[in-house]
Parts: sequence; structure tokens; C-alpha cells
Amino acid sequence: MYNARSILSGLGVFLVLITFPFWYNVGKSAAAPEPKLDTPAIQQLSRKQCVGSTPYMRANHMQLLEEWRTLAVREGKRVYEAADGKKYEISLEKTCLKCHGNKAQFCDQCHNSLSVKPDCWNCHVAPEGR
Amino acid sequence: MSKMDRRSFLRFGGLCVLGLGVLSGAEVLAEKQLKAAPASPALVGKKWAMVIDMKKCWEAGKGECRDCILACHRAHNVPDIANPKEEVKWIWTEPYEEVFLDQKQEYTAEGIQGKPFLVLCNHCDNPPCARVCPTKATFKREDGIVMMDYHRCIGCRFCMAACPFGARSFNFRDPRPLLPKLNPDFPTREMGVVEKCNFCAERLEAGALPLCVEACRQGALVFGDLEDGNSEVRTILRSRFTMRRRPELGTGPNVYYAI
Repeated sequence: MYNARSILSGLGVFLVLITFPFWYNVGKSAAAPEPKLDTPAIQQLSRKQCVGSTPYMRANHMQLLEEWRTLAVREGKRVYEAADGKKYEISLEKTCLKCHGNKAQFCDQCHNSLSVKPDCWNCHVAPEGR
Repeated sequence: MSKMDRRSFLRFGGLCVLGLGVLSGAEVLAEKQLKAAPASPALVGKKWAMVIDMKKCWEAGKGECRDCILACHRAHNVPDIANPKEEVKWIWTEPYEEVFLDQKQEYTAEGIQGKPFLVLCNHCDNPPCARVCPTKATFKREDGIVMMDYHRCIGCRFCMAACPFGARSFNFRDPRPLLPKLNPDFPTREMGVVEKCNFCAERLEAGALPLCVEACRQGALVFGDLEDGNSEVRTILRSRFTMRRRPELGTGPNVYYAI
């Protein structure tokens, strides 16, 4: 091999640099997001149940919100029947945020942690520190 | 295991494909069932329209009353911008000569000359704004309301150029800081979208009349279904002489003016 020394040392430097994020962050795990559910509105509920099950909402709330948007705005339907037969008004402000009035402790927790920037709040009014 | 011949392999494969198709079809059906249920108290119409009795409006308000405008703009979070080049409006007034351009003449009756007429989106039968919208953010609902989906609006302003009534406003800046008072139950708009009157679609779905109709203490604004022969709007249209704005353009406005 010609120039073995410079090639190998160059490779070494390259490997160190490319793995930098891994070894630099070893042992420094970021705190898991903790969305809070203890708003006064939720505490007053006798049966603490969202429009869908917790795992479903956690994984699919964005799809559900998009479906709600289509139903409400484009089809003019404002009543959603949940799987358990309970009916809800299709409205971010009047339904979702009535319970989840703590945007900073609920929505923002995961969104900030995952660097997701939904633009809901450009127009929809976030409740102020309820 | 016995070796599969070509014929049985194809048969088996075909059955599998068929099964997959049935499965996804069933899923679609099952999904559809738990979607929206119809709202019970909603006001339902086939062709919503409005009749504005300008005489009642002038007599009672003496040209000063702004009840309907204020009620609408407050409830819908319409910002208050003084600069006419940037103002946002859903319902406002214009002098007679501007409203009925085709009727403009030198010898207009004194009682009408320069009088303020209440104007809003005409929710046309054949809305040019909806036709030109490249994203279908503006669309015509089955009940006649020309509706906007602000989520889709890209702010190209084709609709503003297409609307012959100037019923659309563009948000040149973030409207939120310009609101006198924020109504938390209705969304605001953001910078870069067009907006207009929605005939209070959100109120109709809850069984209430449009806010401007409700806010008018004189009952100068009447809202109803044109397809219903017994509706109040039809009764007025039968008995009074009414005008529409620029009918010659063929957009089919659904706001009528009784003078």
C-alpha cells in the first residue's frame, strides 16, 4: 500500500469525526417527554376517557385531527361518534382543548422533544395557562 | 409435502389476491361506520340566501348603526385595520353607486344617492372565486355556502382578482395582534391567507342564524332557504322589489337588496 501512514491516519480521523455524535452523547440520554394530563377539566371527569384509547391517540392524534378537519370544514359535519358510541363536537377549541387546556405541559412536551412544529396555533387559539 | 403444479398454484394465488381485496374492502366499510354522525339541531338548507331591507337599516340606524358589522367581526376574529389597502372585512358598507355600479347615473333618487349599503360575500351560485382557486381552498358547499378552508389557502389571491364584489380580504400581516378582543372559540387567520364571510356556517350547524341577522335589532337582515317556498326570504322576494349586485356577470349572487 502506498502512503499507508497518511491513509490510515486519515481514515482514523474520519471515523472519529463521523462517530462524534455517538460517543459524545454516551450516557447523556435526554429526558423523556412527560405530557401532563392533570388539568382541572380532566380531574372533574368521572370517566377519564379521550375520544380514542390512549395508545391510539398517542400514535394517531394527528391523523384523527386531520380527519376532523376534513369532516368539519369540507363536509360540514361537526359531530364525531367515538368507538364507544359517545358523541363529541368536532372542534379543536371546543372539544380537545376543553380538557387539554395545558398546551405547554401537554402538546408542547412531545412536540418540542421530537422537534415537531405543527402550525395549528397560527390560527387556532391556544388556551392560556388553564 | 407434495409438489404443487402450476394450475393449483395459480388458483391458490388468485384466491389469496381475492381475499386481500375483500379484507381491505371490509376495513373501509368498518371504518366508515364510526365516523361523523349527523348533528341533530343544525339548520339545513338547499340554497342559503339573504335579503337585506335597506330601508329598515337606514331608518333605524340613521347610517350610524354598526351592530351587525361589529358582532360579526368580533365573533370571527376579524382584525381592525384602518389602512384601506390592508383592511380585512367580512361585512361592511359601501355607497350605493359602488354597490350597484351598473345603476350609476346622474339623476339617482335623492333618498338613495350615496347611501351606505351593507355588503358581504354573495355566496354566488357560480362562484368565480372557487373556480380559480388552485388548491380548492374555496369551495361551494351543497347548501350553497361558498366556504373557505384556510388550511389549504396558499395566499395566491386569484380569488380576490376573480371576485367581482371585492368580498375577499388578504392578511398582509399576522392579524392576531390587531384584534381588539380575541374570541377563543373561533380560529383567527394567519399572515398570507385570504378570508371572507362564511354565512356563519359554524352557527348554522349549531342551529343558530347568522350573527349579523341576529345582531340587527331592526330585523333588516333576513336569512333563509331559497328552495323552500315558504321561507321568509321567499316571502319577501315575492312581495318586494329586490336587486342583486351585478347579475349580468352571471355569478348568481344570493344576497338580495330590498329598497
